[in-house]
Amino acid sequence: MSASTTVSTPASTREHPPLLVAGPVAWLRRNLFNSWWSTAVTLALLYIVAKALLGFIDWGILHAVWTVPADTKGQLDPQLCRDAKGGGACWAVIGDKWRFILFGRYTYVEQWRPAICVALFIGLFVVSAMRRFWRKELAYIWIITLIVIGVLMWGGILGLPFVPQDTWGGLPMTLILATFGLALAFPLAVCVALGRRATTMPAVRWLCIVYVELIRGVPLISVLFMASVMFPLFMPVGLNPDKLLRAQLGIILFGAAYLAEVIRGGLQALPKGQYEAADALGLTYWQKTGQIILPQALRLVIPPMVNTFIGSFKDTSLVLIIGIFDLMTTGKVALAEPIWQGYSTEVYIVLALIYFVFCYSMSRYSRGLEVEFSRSVRR
Amino acid sequence: MQPGSGRLTKDTRPTMSGATTDPRLTSRPAPQRRIGFSWSDPRLRALIWQVAIIGGIAAIIWYLVANTMRNLEVRRIATGFGFLDNLAGIPIGEHMIDYDPAVHSYGRAIWVGVLNTLKVSVVGIILSTLLGTLIGIARLSKNWLLARLAAIYVETIRDIPVLLQLFFWYAIVQSLPAPRQALRPIEGVILSNRGIKLPLLEWQPAHSWALAAFVLGWIGTASWARMARRRQEASGIRPPVWPAGLALMIAFPLAVWASLGAPFALEMPVLRGFNFQGGLTLSPEYGALTIGLVIYTAAYIAEIVRSGILAVPTGQWEAAGALGLHPWSAMRLIVLPQALRVIIPPMTSTYLSLAKNSSLAVAIGYQDVVSIVSTILNQTGQAVEGIAVIMLVYLTISLSISLFMNWYNARIALVER
Repeated sequence: MSASTTVSTPASTREHPPLLVAGPVAWLRRNLFNSWWSTAVTLALLYIVAKALLGFIDWGILHAVWTVPADTKGQLDPQLCRDAKGGGACWAVIGDKWRFILFGRYTYVEQWRPAICVALFIGLFVVSAMRRFWRKELAYIWIITLIVIGVLMWGGILGLPFVPQDTWGGLPMTLILATFGLALAFPLAVCVALGRRATTMPAVRWLCIVYVELIRGVPLISVLFMASVMFPLFMPVGLNPDKLLRAQLGIILFGAAYLAEVIRGGLQALPKGQYEAADALGLTYWQKTGQIILPQALRLVIPPMVNTFIGSFKDTSLVLIIGIFDLMTTGKVALAEPIWQGYSTEVYIVLALIYFVFCYSMSRYSRGLEVEFSRSVRR
Repeated sequence: MQPGSGRLTKDTRPTMSGATTDPRLTSRPAPQRRIGFSWSDPRLRALIWQVAIIGGIAAIIWYLVANTMRNLEVRRIATGFGFLDNLAGIPIGEHMIDYDPAVHSYGRAIWVGVLNTLKVSVVGIILSTLLGTLIGIARLSKNWLLARLAAIYVETIRDIPVLLQLFFWYAIVQSLPAPRQALRPIEGVILSNRGIKLPLLEWQPAHSWALAAFVLGWIGTASWARMARRRQEASGIRPPVWPAGLALMIAFPLAVWASLGAPFALEMPVLRGFNFQGGLTLSPEYGALTIGLVIYTAAYIAEIVRSGILAVPTGQWEAAGALGLHPWSAMRLIVLPQALRVIIPPMTSTYLSLAKNSSLAVAIGYQDVVSIVSTILNQTGQAVEGIAVIMLVYLTISLSISLFMNWYNARIALVER
């Protein structure tokens, strides 16, 4: 980006670099006021950006209502927000409802437990992102952390009071659906990807193709509907599995199809010599797959796998439609309260920010990894 | 295929000396082997594995089906698609074909839903392609501000769930003023919480004739262009195409229209009582769904377009310049055809995901196929059939988009030797 033009002048007459070749003014000229057309675009965009930013500051900060007074009975009085409506934001809805939006109907005094779970999830992601942990032990870290999270959420042992599953909600629920969805879809996806490449077993191959293409051809909603209305029919009479479990199963089946395609990409990208060398060593199919092929192929597809995870993290918001209390649902339910009706923009902005922070950091990470990998390949 | 690799036919393949044929290269049929009953025979192993896996899955499916039958019996739900002929009784706000809940059947209601889904998908695909291409090109702009803003747009939109965006747009559309205080940015365009109203052209026979003339002109222009190409290949001189196109596709229909008296009348929406009458109506739900899907999908298309253009090496631009091509011609003749080859496959999957995302309509109350079928499903309890209908509809849509895009991709693909 920076100017690299060298101006060769005799040392005796060397002065400051000319203003129009290097330095900020030159940068401005080159990048913003390059031509008449470019100048016009810049000015128009500057006007729009300034207007939008000022408008947002005006609405979101200057004229915003941050808290509303409570009357003697502890009831909040939203009159201040009603007066500001149209001119300023009502952040008081967040101040009142943030615990509900984040943790749903989880027992109020026990909400430190889902909070720790969220921290554990984030820790798990950070540890998985570090390359020094990319080894078999990572699987044990995942299993242990997920068990700890399960214990914390349910309770019932170690002196923690039991919290029934239908009161869980908010951010931990979104993280549970996405993370368990991926962790359990992963083994299935590996099997399907291997099955799709099993040329000696046409029947298995066709089964895998039909599964992947069928799932990828329909929207997630239809799979979730299936999970919520058809699974109860599948079960023996009288047995009715939990709603969360059903949704989780739907997400796993859906995610596995997409993940399988990503893993298949990795299997295809691996040079044929690796397969042949393993065969030449006399390894069996499972030795070859487990020790030679998969470690390399999975490493290749880590960036697209992170992207799949981002997609499934965003997609978990669809469980709202079958009535599971994830982050999106708690936000909508908070808005349904009579005194806070009509302040949806404020709540949506906060929800968008939470989703954005998670997705953006993951997508930055995956892009960095991609650059790093392509560098090592090109070398 | 590499020369010398195993699959050689019997016919003459001269060796280096050219005199004799190497006997090793003549094909020999592989010896017929019977499957031996030994665990070390890979074919037997494959067979056993397949039988085991397929058998296991068949057993699971049989178990599930048996359970389902028993459950349906207990709940007294009839199986089969007979319910499609029953009276629907579901009110549907917007329908492209005639629909009356008191007269028509469930099957008709599902058709209405399918058409509503298609209405969102087709319009969404067209608009998001336009917007996405613009933003993708903007990201490559030399203007720093424009490129940064386009990048911010792409990053932000892609990292927020589309459902949340749909809710956001729906809230905005709903917070528009009531019909009496509606916004009128341009004469005839009315924005209110009852939806978007647009003026509608009053259709007359002259318009149909003009349209027919346009189609004729289009065919004429295409054949003229083909003739021009043949002339160019023969003589090196290309007869200009645009005057013929202008005359055939614009002047000719205009002349037809004018000769029939040039009728032109717009049906303007007017306020009557509490709502507007006349004109073209886009419901708030449809508007929010289309805006949300277009804005979300355009971010993905922008990335595809950008990477497609970047994938064409700079040398191609330079070579075109060295041939003396105008930058526009270089873009049209050299860069775009090559970029399209990179763009089309990911674009196909983006279109597919737009069509699938249109099912989120159920969350904001637009009556697409998923929404209507789930209502039917609640009324009749025909869960299995309902889900099957949804899946069938989406599989058909997905398959048609894939087929069309594959056909297009094959058309523009590099013809290799």
